Amino acid sequence: MPYLKKSPWIIHYDASSCNGCDIEVLACLTPMYDVERFGIVNTGNPKHADIFVITGSINEQNVEVVKNIYHQMPEPKVVVAVGICATSGGVFQECYNIKGGVDKVIPVDVYVPGCAARPESIIDGIVKALGILEKRKEEHMKKAVEAKQ
Amino acid sequence: MMNAFYAIGYMILAPFLGGLIAGIDRKITARMQGRVGPPILQPFYDVLKLFEKEKVVVTRSQNYYVLCYVVFMVFTGALFFSGGDILLVVFALTLSHIFLILGAYASNSPYSYIGAERELLQVMAFEPMIVIATIGMYMVTKLAIPKGSFYVSDIASLTIPLILYLPGIFLGLIYVITIKLRKSPFDLSTSHHAHQEIVKGVTTEFSGSTLGRIEVAHWYETVLLLAFVYLFFSFNPLMGVIAVLLVYLLEIFIDNNYPRVKWQMLLKSSWLVALILGMANIALLYYVRGV
Ligand code: SF4
Repeated sequence: MPYLKKSPWIIHYDASSCNGCDIEVLACLTPMYDVERFGIVNTGNPKHADIFVITGSINEQNVEVVKNIYHQMPEPKVVVAVGICATSGGVFQECYNIKGGVDKVIPVDVYVPGCAARPESIIDGIVKALGILEKRKEEHMKKAVEAKQ
Repeated sequence: MMNAFYAIGYMILAPFLGGLIAGIDRKITARMQGRVGPPILQPFYDVLKLFEKEKVVVTRSQNYYVLCYVVFMVFTGALFFSGGDILLVVFALTLSHIFLILGAYASNSPYSYIGAERELLQVMAFEPMIVIATIGMYMVTKLAIPKGSFYVSDIASLTIPLILYLPGIFLGLIYVITIKLRKSPFDLSTSHHAHQEIVKGVTTEFSGSTLGRIEVAHWYETVLLLAFVYLFFSFNPLMGVIAVLLVYLLEIFIDNNYPRVKWQMLLKSSWLVALILGMANIALLYYVRGV
């Protein structure tokens, strides 16, 4: 049964965002947008999360942090890069400390463009991620069955 | 015979009822905050999803501890509903929480460690009041049964209204039940809302089906605690149900209106409540009715 779709829990990590995108992610939780309508909960714990929402570009110092959070999340999981910084590095691309977008260190499933990304497009991105999450689950189950054999 | 029937009924129906209560709770909470809120069945979706997820295990033993937590929680409730000894119910409830705490300790993570410490403090804060409540109930049964009784079945079949004899204890119990329902201001060890100070406290290191089990155990516990509240009104079932609903609404209201307190405040206030409301009630009962 597709329960994953009905209760996606997210973990939000601020890589090196200017805080613009963070505020927009938080705006999704306010009464105006209220993502809890769709069962989306901001957990703040990688071990409980299904969707890794990441804002801002990757810098040299947080590479390990991002990898660590990603590996702590139980399968099936998806990654959503929010904002143009997270997708490619954006205006900070050329900075000495910036590595680039999130996909430089972990696989990204959905890119949400915008500077800052609007709450509507963030929600849209997460809904897109849900479809991928379902597919991941099937792959994961297949793998689990194969591992048993 | 009837008692065994109630116990089995509890074991089967409590998770459904508890989950439904949690769903309605989330809906009402959302409305209080001016949001639309999730569907009523959301808690069930959450738990079913958790059972579909991968289970990341830090230490093997943590799964056994959580299993013990669930088993003892169900056992506690079954004991209560089969009309067993209420003192045993109280201590079995504590035992089940100790297993959860051990599970959190076993995972060796700093967040779950702090969560476990706080959970211990919560158990300590909860305990005095609930023990006083059982003593109060025992004293009232003395009015009807010569020797008195600690059995839930005897307390539930009292025709004298328990609430009139134990108003202080009732208020005190509502105060400490907030702790067990994991409601703000006393949701120190873990909570349903996104406090990110200690990540998720006791449940930090549990994931997948283990977390699902903890959630189901919490539903069992919610039903048990509400049944405790019902006991005060068992002379009139309709009144009992209304009282339970009102108490739960009050808890949601408190949850949404008070910020989280520090553990010192938790311990001091709940022991003070136990001392003043609980002991005064018992002393009055002793001097006025001579039981
Ligand atoms: S995309 Fe724009 S708003 Fe978002 S983190 Fe980058 S600079 Fe800030």
